[in-house]
Amino acid sequence: MIGLNKKDFGLFLIVCFMALAAPILLNPFPVDSAMSDFNAGYPALMQKFAIFGIVVIGFNILFGLTGYLSFGHAAFLGAGSYAAVWMYKLLSFNVIFAIPASIIVAGLLSVVIGHISLRRSGIYFSILTLAFAQMSYALAYSVLTPITNGETGLQVYNNDPQVLMGEGALAEPHLFGLNLNNLTKVQVGGWEFTFEVGYYLCAIFLILAFYMSIRIFRSPFGMMLRAIKSNQNRLNYTGVSPKPYTLAAFIISGLYAGLAGGLMAAMDPLTGAERMFWTESGEIVLMSILGGVGTLIGPILGAGAIEYMSAIVSAITSADLKSWFGWLPDWLETIVIYVLYPFVGKGWHLTLGVVFMLVVIFLPGGLVEGGQRIGKLFSRKKPATAPGGSATPAE
Amino acid sequence: MQDIIIQILNGLDKGSAYALIALGLTLIFGTLGVVNFAHGALFLVGAFVAVTMQRILNLSYEVIDESQTDFLGNPLKVDTPYVIGWFGESAGNTLIDWAVPLAIFLAIPVMLIIGFVMERGLIKHFYKRPHADQILVTFGLAIVIGEIVKAFYGANPIQTPAPSSLPRTIDFGTWLGYEANAIVYPTWRLVYFFFSAIIIAGVFAFLQFTTFGMVVRAGMADRETVGLLGINIDKRFTIMFGLAASVAGLAGVMYTPILSPHYNLGMDFLVLSFVVVVVGGMGSLPGAVLAGFLLGILQSFASMNEVKAILPGIDQIIIYLIAIIVLLVRPRGLMGRAGVMED
Repeated sequence: MIGLNKKDFGLFLIVCFMALAAPILLNPFPVDSAMSDFNAGYPALMQKFAIFGIVVIGFNILFGLTGYLSFGHAAFLGAGSYAAVWMYKLLSFNVIFAIPASIIVAGLLSVVIGHISLRRSGIYFSILTLAFAQMSYALAYSVLTPITNGETGLQVYNNDPQVLMGEGALAEPHLFGLNLNNLTKVQVGGWEFTFEVGYYLCAIFLILAFYMSIRIFRSPFGMMLRAIKSNQNRLNYTGVSPKPYTLAAFIISGLYAGLAGGLMAAMDPLTGAERMFWTESGEIVLMSILGGVGTLIGPILGAGAIEYMSAIVSAITSADLKSWFGWLPDWLETIVIYVLYPFVGKGWHLTLGVVFMLVVIFLPGGLVEGGQRIGKLFSRKKPATAPGGSATPAE
Repeated sequence: MQDIIIQILNGLDKGSAYALIALGLTLIFGTLGVVNFAHGALFLVGAFVAVTMQRILNLSYEVIDESQTDFLGNPLKVDTPYVIGWFGESAGNTLIDWAVPLAIFLAIPVMLIIGFVMERGLIKHFYKRPHADQILVTFGLAIVIGEIVKAFYGANPIQTPAPSSLPRTIDFGTWLGYEANAIVYPTWRLVYFFFSAIIIAGVFAFLQFTTFGMVVRAGMADRETVGLLGINIDKRFTIMFGLAASVAGLAGVMYTPILSPHYNLGMDFLVLSFVVVVVGGMGSLPGAVLAGFLLGILQSFASMNEVKAILPGIDQIIIYLIAIIVLLVRPRGLMGRAGVMED
């Protein structure tokens, strides 16, 4: 169906369902219940799930298939955001201009960076991409201030040309007049579900991005990328130059990141250079490892897991801990809270680091491999068939 | 000429820090073949050992001073550090004043232990795994160490001054025959440079002139053969890891008066040191030192106003720019050996 085999189509349907029903699925707890802090079904967070899902799906086409570990993808994200905001400034707030512009700009940047960086491989490639991203970041803060507005961050001002903006048009991002911030709240019993236009825009792009990624994974081009990962020498001996393929993969992943940057600017029409900082690139790498490198569904899981942690774990306060562990004897409660407190709230990065290390050490295939292992426990009779997206650790 | 000397001097302290970190990174890479992204975190731990030393020396008890009264008329309680109680006023104050240099003695055992634990507990299991996995797990470890430091010491930079009995600046120009106040340079930065020069010389001498160093160098060249000769090379490499950790730690301890340490310090230095290592050539110890000083000095030249007037923003990107050029022109780095990390 639509160019996918039965199994992939099933996976695709699952992702479609998850993306479209996310406002309901991610709100399992009633608003008034004690667990409502764990609800993730609010627009700002769901947008992040979808946007970072897109980035990591793209990153996975590069890292998962070819094994080239880029530490500079944040540059494309930032470039995409800048391009989108410039479109708001010059043309109008309609995202129909902003998003293609962000994809194009990120694509051009990725052609340049990819062309140079891909002359080396392994750790040198990582350092080169890191160097380019850090250069973009430093330049955005200093010399390029006329374009990036430096530390203030780029935003739309009243005296900007906005030539295509008619009288009385919306002064925030919209799609042909459909305000992306419009939302509908639906009350069902104790539950409240929020459906936002902006999230659905991201979700549709996520679905498209996912579909493209399945097609790439299953295409001859995808097979070529895998061949590059498993043995580049042999590829050279057969007379095939890997460079065009890796460059194409790099550009595709840059386009994905640019799209995500554009969507970020579509959700919130301002941007700053910090989106290009190397910790952002690091986070993209973390997401892709956590989910499962080289698998189809892994990137979405990884992006979701990390964004969820950053939103939920960082919101836990010591008062929350006290209320959860109040039933313990006092001395034990003190110890438990003392131990747990550094892991929540402002210290959520500690949780992230520990989880990440555990995953790299014990589950090189990420959450997907974890799921497969658990799945195997329950269905031992079945002969182990080769899984669709093989979860081999990345080179 | 004067300006050039000033810029070289300015580049030296940063260059020394880069060189020390890059030296440790290269030691680890050359011996164990592991790409250690947690090396910046070891630098960070060193810096916070200095902070801890300062706090230990300032641990105090309360003494009731009858001669003074507070605003309510009660006898004033004065905090007196234990060291002053034990060693008397002047000796105690000197000890507190010299907290940062004294922290070296605390840092060496602490860093050695951390190095051993890290190597035996974590890195050991990653020898057979791909480089990407090593990068990732040590990257995770770096996050964890940084966050633990944040949990204990907070997120703000902590002041750790250099000993106040040292003169704040020295008139470097008079040594070279310039008139007074032509080239004034902070004393501590010069101390830092000499300190790192001593450490670098020490590491090289250790590898070059001791039997232990000879075995380690043999192991770097051909691990298997050394093992077949009945030498427990793993044990020696573990010690080298501890040594590399202490080098990074000492670099951190002595750097605290130059830059007040905060929990993200390690990450800031890590990225640059990796660039330094790659520019110097993976696995080449002299290359790491050379590239460290070179990039430090180039960075300081790039931040001269005259240069910035011609090439705006060059000070921000010079290091990365050099790295890109070197990697494309000399793929092995300045002094890289053939066959190391070739892929």
